Amino acid sequence: MTTTVHPSAAGSTAFSDVTSSDASLRRFLHGLPGVDQVGCEARAAALGTRSIKTTAKDYAIDLAIRMVDLTTLEGQDTAGKVRALANKAMRPDPADPTCPPTAAVCVYPDMVPVAKATLGSSGVHVAAVATAFPSGRAALDIKLADTQDAVEAGADEIDMVIDRGAFLSGHYLQVFEEIVAVREACARKNGEDAHLKVIFETGELQTYDNVRRASWLAMMAGAHFIKTSTGKVQPAATLPVTLIMLEAVRDFREQTGQMVGVKPAGGIKTTKDAIKYLVMVNETCGPDWLDPDWFRFGASTLLNDLLMQRTKMRDGRYSGPDYFTLD
Amino acid sequence: MTFEYAPAPESRGIVDLKSSYGLFVNGEFVDGSGTSFKTISPATEEVLAEVAEASDADVDAAVKAARRAYTRVWSRMPGKERAKYLYRIARIIQERGRELAVLESLDNGKPIKESRDVDIPIVAAHFFYYAGWADKLEYAGFGNDPKPLGVAGQIIPWNFPLLMLAWKIAPALAAGNTVVLKPAETTPLTALLFAEICQQADLPPGVVNIVTGAGATGQALVEHPDVDKVAFTGSTAVGRMIAKTVAGTDKKVTLELGGKAANIVFDDAAVDQAVEGIVTGIFFNQGHVCCAGSRLLVQESIADELLERLKRRMATLRVGDPLDKNTDVGAINSREQLERIRELAGIGDQEGAERWSAPCELPDKGFWFPPTVFTGVSQAHRIAREEIFGPVLSVLTFRTPHEAVEKANNTPYGLSAGVWTEKGSRILWTANQLRAGVVWANTFNKFDPTSPFGGYKESGYGREGGRHGLEAYLKEGGLK
Amino acid sequence: MSDRVDVRKTYKLYIGGQFPRSESGHSYVVSDAKGKFVANAALASRKDARDAVLAARGAFKGWSGKTAYNRAQVLYRVAEVMEDRRPQFVEAVRQSEGLTAARANAVVDASIDRLVWYAGWADKITQVVGGANPVAGPFFNLSTPEPTGVVAVLAPQESSLLGLVSVVAPVIVTGNTVVVVSSYARPLPAITFSEVLATSDVPGGVVNVLTGDYTAPAPWLASHMDVNAINLVGAAGDADNATAYEVAAAENLKRVHRAPTVEPDWTEAPDLSAMTAYLETKTVWHPIGI
Repeated sequence: MTTTVHPSAAGSTAFSDVTSSDASLRRFLHGLPGVDQVGCEARAAALGTRSIKTTAKDYAIDLAIRMVDLTTLEGQDTAGKVRALANKAMRPDPADPTCPPTAAVCVYPDMVPVAKATLGSSGVHVAAVATAFPSGRAALDIKLADTQDAVEAGADEIDMVIDRGAFLSGHYLQVFEEIVAVREACARKNGEDAHLKVIFETGELQTYDNVRRASWLAMMAGAHFIKTSTGKVQPAATLPVTLIMLEAVRDFREQTGQMVGVKPAGGIKTTKDAIKYLVMVNETCGPDWLDPDWFRFGASTLLNDLLMQRTKMRDGRYSGPDYFTLD
Repeated sequence: MTFEYAPAPESRGIVDLKSSYGLFVNGEFVDGSGTSFKTISPATEEVLAEVAEASDADVDAAVKAARRAYTRVWSRMPGKERAKYLYRIARIIQERGRELAVLESLDNGKPIKESRDVDIPIVAAHFFYYAGWADKLEYAGFGNDPKPLGVAGQIIPWNFPLLMLAWKIAPALAAGNTVVLKPAETTPLTALLFAEICQQADLPPGVVNIVTGAGATGQALVEHPDVDKVAFTGSTAVGRMIAKTVAGTDKKVTLELGGKAANIVFDDAAVDQAVEGIVTGIFFNQGHVCCAGSRLLVQESIADELLERLKRRMATLRVGDPLDKNTDVGAINSREQLERIRELAGIGDQEGAERWSAPCELPDKGFWFPPTVFTGVSQAHRIAREEIFGPVLSVLTFRTPHEAVEKANNTPYGLSAGVWTEKGSRILWTANQLRAGVVWANTFNKFDPTSPFGGYKESGYGREGGRHGLEAYLKEGGLK
Repeated sequence: MSDRVDVRKTYKLYIGGQFPRSESGHSYVVSDAKGKFVANAALASRKDARDAVLAARGAFKGWSGKTAYNRAQVLYRVAEVMEDRRPQFVEAVRQSEGLTAARANAVVDASIDRLVWYAGWADKITQVVGGANPVAGPFFNLSTPEPTGVVAVLAPQESSLLGLVSVVAPVIVTGNTVVVVSSYARPLPAITFSEVLATSDVPGGVVNVLTGDYTAPAPWLASHMDVNAINLVGAAGDADNATAYEVAAAENLKRVHRAPTVEPDWTEAPDLSAMTAYLETKTVWHPIGI
């Protein structure tokens, strides 16, 4: 009944009627089932009480490491900082060769060449934030140029931001078309394309109803991943917001057969947190999504906590920050 | 590789089980004059302890102790002092919360996450809530000098053993009554641990007395001429017997009985939360809940989609060891109850309803029933009318709001109901129309000490919880 | 001048807004306190009880669905019509209870005043006994009283008007409908009260009045599975029957107001419990979120 392909460019043709006008798009998005805040948060909290021990914890920690988009998005980023980060992504725990690499490093577009050069053929992807990240307040052609630059520099993945202003003022078609355009800008000359992650900045959308609508909007526009936050606005990723997005990708696959990934980003700092997310993925979407191709953590400090817990599981004693690299 | 949760058992070590327990009368544990019975863990059939079965003479001794404590101590004690005993008890319950939760799960079979996160915290909250009433009764709306009734005989069921104890004892004591409480035959242990807590709190002897036993013990308590008040939670059949027994006496009675609640889902419901609400409604506590949402009434236009979502969700329920922190659905409380559930489910099959059970492995030992849903059910099916008191949901459909309400109310019961819609005015209309004591709109199975609980029609009379809950234990007095 | 021959009255029952004869065809002689013939009254039977319950059930949805303000207006209107018919009530009470005109007047005053008192409760009882419950979570939680349903009432045997009003008014003001069995020996005030109800704005079936010996209809009312509550005060002192009725009432868990050993003093100010005994508390929960 289901396949596991990403949506095709410019979204699924299944929704061409829906996306033909602002009015029809609005009707569709506002016709999605509502979300009861209290019920949604209660469900997320209940999933958070799962107790993950021993073998399950081993599995979860390694999986979480493999899902990390190790991120630095600072004004003070330098080539040196990015090289260090890329090395950490390839060998998170230099003392333990069994420790898997992370999924990607996530940097600003101008740092893509540095990251790419360091990562080489390690298999660790380079993700670049584009489209006037984090605010998204720039003209469309600038956003597209930003995207193309990053793609040409070798970015494997593009993390774009939606125009929250347009979304909140109900200009859904504008948001949709912008995503479609960025998705097209992700194409490489060799016919492949960089994977597109669409960031909603859920902290600005405020309601779960909006998160659900944004999820469908992005999926219909051809997003490979939907992502909660830039990390620059509080609250960033939360369990309930991620739950809404997981329900959206689950339901989208039911309807279209196409799988879309989910990336909570910002504020996930501990192994305990990460495991709660994995439990939620497992019990909402099922094991198909328990893979770095379909679920990522946008994080930086999380990795060291995962490494400390990983070491504790192996050594049977608590570790300390001095034993892990700070990059 | 899939994400298999390794076992995460809560430690039993925190519970210090004795091999046998006596009765708690006049502040002391005493040997009963009758026989004894075994209480087992329904998850393993392991014998947990031997418990005394209170004879008529034991019940009489307990009532006498309660009367003495009432006349000499408790009814004379200023409310503010009674309050402090109740606060003490509440605090000790919090401090010994984990121990109580483990014991409850052992004896009852309910998942530790429910005993730990629901039952025991609400037990403590209930004592805190009523503690505060003890010195404010003149503000409760029953006259400016309301009086206690005297000795209350209280009989509680096995589904929420300690929680039902709290619902009974906390308001009774706050109002100045003394009590003789009989816990259910299959779940006496937390009540006996509560007796220890009364000792720990230095509660005056005789204010709380616990007599363990089966139906005969309960009957002796109800019939005892020196009992002023009978409070019962359990089946409608037994409630009816009690109402007949006390006829013509001066005993005040409150009864919290069975239910067959409708959980109505309209086509515009917040569907993911509705699915959660349906699951909570019927699988919380293995469906051993008088207010369980055991009849799902779903608008026909979304029935197929909703059922698909429901089944997918049910497939993620983890059934098994009650002490495992990841268990969602525990053991059926007794062999007898399991037989009853099996019998009614079998009747559902015979009557042509379609059975679907969540694919889950059930342990070899103990009493288990998988989360089950029957579709194609009509009001004429027995599984739509009789209380199954287990993890079995009957699904019916409706076309219009009027039809939904008509079907929801088409039952001799009237304890609770649920309604799911995103339209505010329809929620209020539906809530108005439903003949039920508790209506959960866009939520289900929520309980709070401040919130009155109790039924219409054959679901019983009187309310427990909140200001309303005091009425059962007070006589109006003074200026009105 | 020849003496005029009286037109003697044969009173009927009051069911569903109509005045039918007893289905049994039986009536009985009502005498005044001195034993002098006053009228014939209908002797209600089992089937009259059945018909009355049907009428009361039929009226329940409409009556309980009216606004509280509207019910208050309707009850107040009954008081107005009673005031209009004072002489008739005074005469009925005087004859029935053997009182002096002055004392009968006082009884009628008290009865009308009590009705006015209850009428005012219609839109206040919810505020007094209901309310918001501050639960420990993000939920709106409100408890409101709702009428129990169809209530059977055995009216007091002694206090034929004040007693009657005191047991009927609190039941109907909150939206219940009632089947009341009047005093056996003193039915006239109840009959006059029926006529008042019929000519005021009380919808048919809200109050149904049966006259006669309660031992005929009462067992059927007590055991009737579509009656939700029963007030046995009219069986004061009749412990055996009252207990039997209470046992029968348990079959569908009726709310029972037991018979006292002696009839209460109806001149005393009533408790709220006269109303709350026939109210259910409904508690509605709803999440609070955006």
